[in-house]
Amino acid sequence: MSILKPDFIKPVGLGAVIFAALAFLPNFVDNYYMSLAISVVSFAVLATAWSMFSGPTRYISLATVVFFGIGAYTVAVLGEHMAFPLVLICAALAGTVIAVLVGFSTLRLAGVYFVIFTFGLTELVRQVVSWYEVNVTREMGRYVFLDITQNDIYWQLLALFAILLLTGFILARSRLGFALRIIGEDETVAKHCGIDVTRVKVALFVLSAVFMTLTGAIMAPRWTYIDPVIAFNPMLSFQVVIMALLGGPRRLLGPLLGVIPLTLLFEVLTASFPNHFSILLGCVFMVIVYLLPGGVIGLYEKYRAPKKRTLSPPDGNNTTPKSEEKAA
Amino acid sequence: MLSYAIFSGITLGGMYALVAMGLTLQYGVSRIMNLAYGELVIVASFIAFIFMTTLGINPIVGLLIIIPLSFALNWIIYRILLTPLVARAKNRGMLEVDSILATFGLLFIVQGVLLVWFGGNYYSYDFMNGAVNVFGAAIAANRLVALGFAIVIGLGFYLILTKTRIGTALRAVAVDPTSARLVAIDVNFASCFAFALGGAMAAVGGVLVSMFLTFSTSMGVVFTMKALIVVIMGGVGNLLGALIAGLILGVAESLVATYVDPGLTIAVTYVIFLLVLLIKPSGLFGRASS
Amino acid sequence: MQISAKLRIATIAAATTALMSTATLFGANAQETYRIGYAISKTGPGAPGAATSTTPNYEMWVKEINDAGGLKVGGKQIPIEVVEYDDRSSSEEAVRAIERLINQDKVDFILSPWGTGMNLAVAPILDRAGYAHLAGTAVTDKAPQLAKRWKNSYWLLGTGEQYAVEMAEFLKGLKEAGKINDKVAMIAVADGFGIELSKAGRKALEDRDFDLVYDKTYPLGSQDLATIVNEIKSLGADTFVAFSYPPGTLGLTEQSRVLGFNPKIFYAGVGTAFPLYKNRFGDNAQGVVSLGGASEDDPKIADYIARHVAFADREPDRWASIVNWASLQSLQQAIERAGSTDREAINAELAKGGFDTILGTYKPGDQTFWQVGQWQDGKFVGVAPTSMEGAHELVFPKPEWKAAQ
Repeated sequence: MSILKPDFIKPVGLGAVIFAALAFLPNFVDNYYMSLAISVVSFAVLATAWSMFSGPTRYISLATVVFFGIGAYTVAVLGEHMAFPLVLICAALAGTVIAVLVGFSTLRLAGVYFVIFTFGLTELVRQVVSWYEVNVTREMGRYVFLDITQNDIYWQLLALFAILLLTGFILARSRLGFALRIIGEDETVAKHCGIDVTRVKVALFVLSAVFMTLTGAIMAPRWTYIDPVIAFNPMLSFQVVIMALLGGPRRLLGPLLGVIPLTLLFEVLTASFPNHFSILLGCVFMVIVYLLPGGVIGLYEKYRAPKKRTLSPPDGNNTTPKSEEKAA
Repeated sequence: MLSYAIFSGITLGGMYALVAMGLTLQYGVSRIMNLAYGELVIVASFIAFIFMTTLGINPIVGLLIIIPLSFALNWIIYRILLTPLVARAKNRGMLEVDSILATFGLLFIVQGVLLVWFGGNYYSYDFMNGAVNVFGAAIAANRLVALGFAIVIGLGFYLILTKTRIGTALRAVAVDPTSARLVAIDVNFASCFAFALGGAMAAVGGVLVSMFLTFSTSMGVVFTMKALIVVIMGGVGNLLGALIAGLILGVAESLVATYVDPGLTIAVTYVIFLLVLLIKPSGLFGRASS
Repeated sequence: MQISAKLRIATIAAATTALMSTATLFGANAQETYRIGYAISKTGPGAPGAATSTTPNYEMWVKEINDAGGLKVGGKQIPIEVVEYDDRSSSEEAVRAIERLINQDKVDFILSPWGTGMNLAVAPILDRAGYAHLAGTAVTDKAPQLAKRWKNSYWLLGTGEQYAVEMAEFLKGLKEAGKINDKVAMIAVADGFGIELSKAGRKALEDRDFDLVYDKTYPLGSQDLATIVNEIKSLGADTFVAFSYPPGTLGLTEQSRVLGFNPKIFYAGVGTAFPLYKNRFGDNAQGVVSLGGASEDDPKIADYIARHVAFADREPDRWASIVNWASLQSLQQAIERAGSTDREAINAELAKGGFDTILGTYKPGDQTFWQVGQWQDGKFVGVAPTSMEGAHELVFPKPEWKAAQ
């Protein structure tokens, strides 16, 4: 499991080129496509971060929005008092603390109990934040007046996504990644190999939570006004799960394959059928469940011999501009 | 003050239990994690609303029509939508993920259809709102009816499940579908039956709740989540557990509202729920499982 | 196998149709219509509010104008074309929908979404793109600053403070006349609206030497408030004030009736002025006080209510609906006065004001409308500010609740 030099440099170099190219997107498209791109990239970060923990451990977490919301709230509270990079650091710290607490207390729950627990956590955090705001600060909604443009948000998210992919890439080639794979196959075996299962899981949970928190923090200036209902909207957690599961959470770029088609599909449905969006969305879900049981990556693996993993990044990213044209 | 707090907490808890008991059957026996559960509750509320306001049929009488109707509807849902998923699932985990995704889709479809028919508005009607004095506490009659239904359904089905043959069969399927097949239990039929029964209970809950709550097309999720909490807390598949868990939550909310701060009522239910999960992950009355 | 192949084809076909219909929606049209766009919460927690106060007014306004042949612009009649989206009660969706309306659909004017959060989320985008923003359903203490910050934005419902202060002033009058004691029990929903009003209300009441014997909040979404009512009942307050949201408003009223809690002043929050309230409680609505109100004796208002009933099959609410309608009337007159579809010319006209609306001569952002209203014989009439023309005498004390069937 040593790091082979060409095996490492080639995909990372390719990724760097693609991300550098994507950074110029604002020069070519209007504000609407930028807002769409922000939506794609933010979900890409969330779904990839979600899969980083949930892929190998198979825990389905609905706590995405807990961390996302904490990030957004940190910006709402501190945004006008310190420089934005400092605010981001504070957000990451807040996310880490909560994730460590949650991680150590919940990871012994299995299966659906974990699912429901993480959902309950969302509600609890929302209620506690509301109660605190009502009784201590006596300010319910918070205003975020920051001079951060849509393009700034896009670049920050893009950078965050690049860091996330790099982290995931290195992780898969590290000892921790190896330990994770063993845990994913069989926890008992992992324990017998001398792996501290709990610590590995918590470490991963925290890592994925930090990225979610930062996404929330970066997105917050876009909305001007933040209250607990807006920041902790449970729909977001569900969306992330669906996207990751559709793409395939067990490969680094799998979630991206779910995020791109679903975000664009949501967009087309919202734009064309404002009054029947729910019905069509429901039908799409059914179709996915019945016709695509293994996710997009399952389809890909079925029809193509599993060659090299490096094939998927260009595939995944090239679909963006094409499908965007279609959405219009 | 204390007696009133406890009594109104019990009626509140009865409502929670009532709404949750169908889900505990659907999840416990049929192994379907039904995220569209709350939508089915709301559908029943709307039917009761139509019965009451346009047809002039009182909702309790309406139950005679609504119960068989929803039983049939849920039977069809299970047969058409869920049987293929059950058939292809290699293990319980796979079925859980598949059923979450499929019923999530169903949730949107039902909600979308309701929205087209009823729009986004709030709905509410006036039925059996008279005050009844119970041990010196004035309680609305419709809430007492809901509590009565919860107790009857909870105890009644508890007895049916533990004392009758079909009940034993259902419990056997809940514990281990593979072994149940070995002792000549028609697992498919039992699962379908339990799912349909659970759906009928959801409808009863929806009708009764509509008598005293203001509802709208987007409120189904609220019921699903409340029901999930009660189900998990009481132990999956355990009707009596759901009844008791519901009552505990109701009384806790009511006591917190009276003696601590009404702003914390929802927070306290989640705190209790999370504590139960951490101390006894299989729920108050659940069997320890792998 | 065969079935799944068929299904797949069906899916592709559906997707293609979707794409094509979008294409026709976006392309093809030259400027012979005036394009109005809006994104509103058709689903999610904001949906009931939007469906009550906003959507029916938008639809009715468009229909009435188009039935009359369209907007009269510079001697021509231009029909209105509508592009509508669902923001699903999410700020992010609202932001993107507005970007779509501006950049893709290139609409001529954008009507406001529903709720404080959504309106604030879209305000900076509308401002940057030079669109006017008639925020008809946002209550925020920052209203005056916001209007300055975004030049063409109008915060039609004003600040929470004004409602609270007017109410406190009105109660002070009653107290000085010896009609009520100085005890007030106050409850608020833990949401932006409830907290802003209760904060302002607390100060306004204490400034006027009222004694707040109960001052708590309840969580958003909670409808079971019987224990709160029971506790308040024992405190001897003549005045009960609830800055609540519709489900809570109905729950509080119901539970007060069941418990026989009969304060002399029963003030409930959003939802009281909804037709739902009257339908639900019938005669028991008599004497209930809330924010908003309408000059129902005014033929213009009566006519508006009648048209709304004919169009939407239900009455409008007597608060935000009325202000919304006045803003739509203003918009129509601004376009016609400008004599062109040029956005800047219309924005300039909007800023001038002087429109003839159901609120009389109206300037968007001008907040002289009813702050306190009361159900009287099936009508929700304005009672304060008492200086306003057509102010009704308060029904006092609120009649005792009648027992239900």
